[in-house]
Amino acid sequence: MTPELFFGLLPITIVDGISLGLVYAVIALGYTMVYGVLEFINFAHSEIFMVGGVLGVELLIWLQKVTAIKDAGEKVIGYSIHPLGALIIALIFAAAGAGALAVAVERVAYRPLRLRGAPKLVPLISAIGMSLFLIDATRFIESLFGQFNRPFPEFSAQPFFSVPVPFLNVSVPIKDFVVLAVVLLMLGGLIYLINYTRTGRAIRAVAQDQSTSALMGIDVSRIITLVFLIGGALGGVAGVLYALKYGNVNPYIGFIPGLKSFTAAVLGGIGSIPGAMLGGVLLGLIETFAGTYLDPLTGGVIDASYKDIVAFGVLILILIFKPAGLLGKAVSEKV
Amino acid sequence: MKKQFVGLAVLAALAVGADAQNKGTIKIVSQTPLSGGQSKLGTAIKNGVELAVQDFGQLVKSYGFNLVYEPYDDQANKDTGVANANRLINDNDVLAVVGHLNSGVAIPSSEVYAKVNLTMVSPANTNPLVTDRKSTGAVTNRVCGRDDVQGPAGADFVITTLKAKKLYVINDKTAYGEGLAQAFSARAKALGANIVVDTGIEAGERDFNTILNRAAVDKPDVVYYAGIYDQAGPLLKQMRAKGITAPFVSGDGIDSSELQALGGSDNMKNVYFTTTSGPISSLPSAKRFAERYKAKFGMDPEGYSAYGYDAAKVVLTAIAAATKDAKGMKPTRAAVAKAVRNVKFAGITGAVAFNSRGDLPVAKYFIVQAQPEYADNKVFKAVSVAAPTPELK
Amino acid sequence: MSALQDKRSDSSGFVVIYALVSSIVAAIAIGINLGPLRFIPLDGIIPDILKTLIFLAFVSSLLLANSLKTSARAKMIVFLFVLVVAIPVIGVSNTQYLDILVNICIYSALALGLNVVVGFAGLLDLGYAAFFAVGAYLWAIFGSQQANNFTGGGFPLNGNFMFLMIPIAVVVAASFGALLGLPVLKVKGDYLAIITLGLGEVIRVLANNLNRPINITNGSQGVRIAPGSAPLEGFLEWLSGLTGIELFKLELLMYYVVVLLVVGLAVILTTRLDNSKIGRAWVAIREDEIAAQAMGVPLVRTKLIAFATGASFAGAMGVLYAAKFSFVSPESFNFQASISILAMVVLGGLGSIQGVIVGAAIVIILNQMVLTAFSNFLADLRRGGLPLPSQFEPAQYQQLIYGIILIVMMIVRPKGLIPAKRNAAKLENLERGELAQKVGKQ
Repeated sequence: MTPELFFGLLPITIVDGISLGLVYAVIALGYTMVYGVLEFINFAHSEIFMVGGVLGVELLIWLQKVTAIKDAGEKVIGYSIHPLGALIIALIFAAAGAGALAVAVERVAYRPLRLRGAPKLVPLISAIGMSLFLIDATRFIESLFGQFNRPFPEFSAQPFFSVPVPFLNVSVPIKDFVVLAVVLLMLGGLIYLINYTRTGRAIRAVAQDQSTSALMGIDVSRIITLVFLIGGALGGVAGVLYALKYGNVNPYIGFIPGLKSFTAAVLGGIGSIPGAMLGGVLLGLIETFAGTYLDPLTGGVIDASYKDIVAFGVLILILIFKPAGLLGKAVSEKV
Repeated sequence: MKKQFVGLAVLAALAVGADAQNKGTIKIVSQTPLSGGQSKLGTAIKNGVELAVQDFGQLVKSYGFNLVYEPYDDQANKDTGVANANRLINDNDVLAVVGHLNSGVAIPSSEVYAKVNLTMVSPANTNPLVTDRKSTGAVTNRVCGRDDVQGPAGADFVITTLKAKKLYVINDKTAYGEGLAQAFSARAKALGANIVVDTGIEAGERDFNTILNRAAVDKPDVVYYAGIYDQAGPLLKQMRAKGITAPFVSGDGIDSSELQALGGSDNMKNVYFTTTSGPISSLPSAKRFAERYKAKFGMDPEGYSAYGYDAAKVVLTAIAAATKDAKGMKPTRAAVAKAVRNVKFAGITGAVAFNSRGDLPVAKYFIVQAQPEYADNKVFKAVSVAAPTPELK
Repeated sequence: MSALQDKRSDSSGFVVIYALVSSIVAAIAIGINLGPLRFIPLDGIIPDILKTLIFLAFVSSLLLANSLKTSARAKMIVFLFVLVVAIPVIGVSNTQYLDILVNICIYSALALGLNVVVGFAGLLDLGYAAFFAVGAYLWAIFGSQQANNFTGGGFPLNGNFMFLMIPIAVVVAASFGALLGLPVLKVKGDYLAIITLGLGEVIRVLANNLNRPINITNGSQGVRIAPGSAPLEGFLEWLSGLTGIELFKLELLMYYVVVLLVVGLAVILTTRLDNSKIGRAWVAIREDEIAAQAMGVPLVRTKLIAFATGASFAGAMGVLYAAKFSFVSPESFNFQASISILAMVVLGGLGSIQGVIVGAAIVIILNQMVLTAFSNFLADLRRGGLPLPSQFEPAQYQQLIYGIILIVMMIVRPKGLIPAKRNAAKLENLERGELAQKVGKQ
């Protein structure tokens, strides 16, 4: 590999890595919220994310249809809504839908188990059952309309979100900045909510000790519902961002990003909100770097499909040296 | 009222089994993934078979049999595929199988079918090994092409027609994609091409930036992708967004209207793929098929639907022929398996016939040029290649 | 004597009669087809779903014998009769059922192995399929010509070497388990889970990619073991000629015998481990690692033994899996595979040996038999006139039903179908406050 190629690819690799990592980060926030309070891996979160993406895209497709401005020949010449405006509506809609779904999932599949004091692994299995159910239910509903893959609609002949903007010598499409803005907004809002509001204090209290919080007058069930609502809403937002970035959704998109984001959450220290953010971006960078450089550096012997091995290898190394993740608090064990 | 109705339905269903009349029941079965990430393709095959049973079921029913079609879900998983296969060989009414989608499932499952001479007509398995095995030689057939024909056909087109020298070859790390990519690369190298990058991308991956960034620097003459449209679409879209305008060439895995939907109609310039199934615009029968399919299932057919349809037609024709030979009695599975090899008709995927090992003897490959609308896809070139018959393994 | 005295709660007679009657009913319903011996009175008359239910009723005689209060002799009679007589006869007659039982045995052994890691020692392992892959690839590579790519040649090995490969795979998988366990012992709980998940994915990706520069695993194409190299081929051919039963049925029967022996061995081994010093050490670190350490339990060694034991079961079954399917490819060992083995363990009851076998049986029976039979039945109903929406093809939504069943089972039996005795005893004591009383008395 020539030095020119090596350094030529560097800036774009960094930008793409961060942009991929931001999507992981939003999904990871959802995992981390639930884990922080309940210490339980919500495996159905990847499907909440998927449903959010599908809801958002369906709404956008509908918006595109109703806002189309047609000329005399029934030809679409424009839309009465700005793509960014449509996106914001879709984000809110997907967040609401996915949040409500997450609350429903908690009611049906987790709460009965929690109330009966089931062992920790049991909700994991009912979460897997929920995943299978949500995938097939979505597939069934879509199939009623003869649909499966749903493309993210472009609102104009010159797709607004793909317009490249020069940045650090590379051209970055607008959508990456949109993703960045949304993610920062989410992160800021979440940090404020957790650290500076009464509700946030209640959430932290429940995370510390459920029974003591209940004694202190906190409605634990309400707080847990709220946590699922927020986690689900974050998943829904992530679903729309994913659709924006990669162009389409179907009932099976949840699994891989879900797995990666969960990894990211652990990498950053599960339960920690800045940790999820850091873990996501780091994982995105590692993957993108491995994918870009492995093949040319080894002369094609080790190709891009090894990038997951590198990602998991780094994860394992980090956890060996920091067993609670990068920003996770070292678990103080009760003796 | 409703309860009564359900009760009646149960009785009727039980009667289907008991309704042996004098001739009995003949079942044909499809085994494809009907759930999971590949369910879209598996369902497309299932629907094709269903339509064929509706169209040609009379061939079998006219002998007085009760014809039943049962779709099975192999979950793209060989455990399930083989378990289903074991179920099928023990049901004496099952005379033929249309399946599978994945070679990894078809190979072990057909070992089971072969034990009782149950014939399998594959609508989708292009892996050479599917028909190249000694143990299953009598029962494995396919109405689609072989990787070792399709790959070289693609390479010939890329090197001689498109005059490409510097190539990117990307596959999806599935049995289909990697097999096709290997066959393509071998021929392309033999023709003197320089394969700069030959890499795999995990199935399900949607982020192709890492490879495309390098392609933007390397500027290959052609990007060859071996895989399915659900990745090809986003790959193409991301590629064009990065300003890489090199021709995008692929195999029959991207022959679907979803390519346009996922890749964007505006990005269809310089997109070609090889397939044995002619585009709808060039075949009137295919067009009719597409319309009827849409009317029945409410969605556009995939490339695989047509193969499923033709495979089922093969099976029904063979059963009818074997029944005729058996003087109207229910034929044996071995007789049906034998009869499959003699089937010959002009299907909607082209001329269907079989050589001694169950492959299309001369595969007519179309180089199709994609258009903004799937229905407008044009034949760019057609080549006829005799199927190779390597030594059985 | 005591069994006779306590007649009311003893079900020996019932269980023996049940096993006998249910196997006869199953034999009649499914039919007997052993070469020249053919007796299929109900061929094509009773619907498939009914056959499936009858078969389930028959197999559950084993469960009844094990869970009802019976004399040891009755238990022995039922087990010997069902496993050695009835199942071979019915299974060879209709290989569908024998195939299911072989799969149940394979996954039971896997579940037993994972149970050692998760159930006994409390170490959540989400990448267990990796060890399964190690065993499977070991036999696939050396039992086919694949090994010639990186050795001097001389492969495939004769099929009988499979029996030798089983202990080799046990050792290799166990060392693999210990090796992978070594760097991650500092990591706890869900962090450990994600590391095992990562290691599992690494093995799968390696299997998918090690076809170059040297072709070891043949990548995504998978490795095929050419037929004719099944173990005991000569003997089975002779037997087939003697009895007139088709060779492939006898091959399947041979696999049934071998996997049954391995599962039997696994059951004995895990039972003894559970009651041994190391078994108590596992429970101790599961319940409280720090306390266990303070009491002198060597953490590293105890955890490594758990990993190695669990992995060794998977290694052994991997070999048999490869031989039975005669084809191995990477996607069989993905994350979903690990998760479904975990589901068997949790569904059956963490730490419960009976439980995880029942869990494995339920997951396999649901996925490979009942849901298929059920969806065919629904399709039949539709042909009979039941108004199902045309978009709803029952075969397409088996996984949806499976998902619902998982949720419902977990809610109804959160501690598993057959909870571990040790857990149950402890919880019961706590509820009754006996523990407190005991402490008070001291």
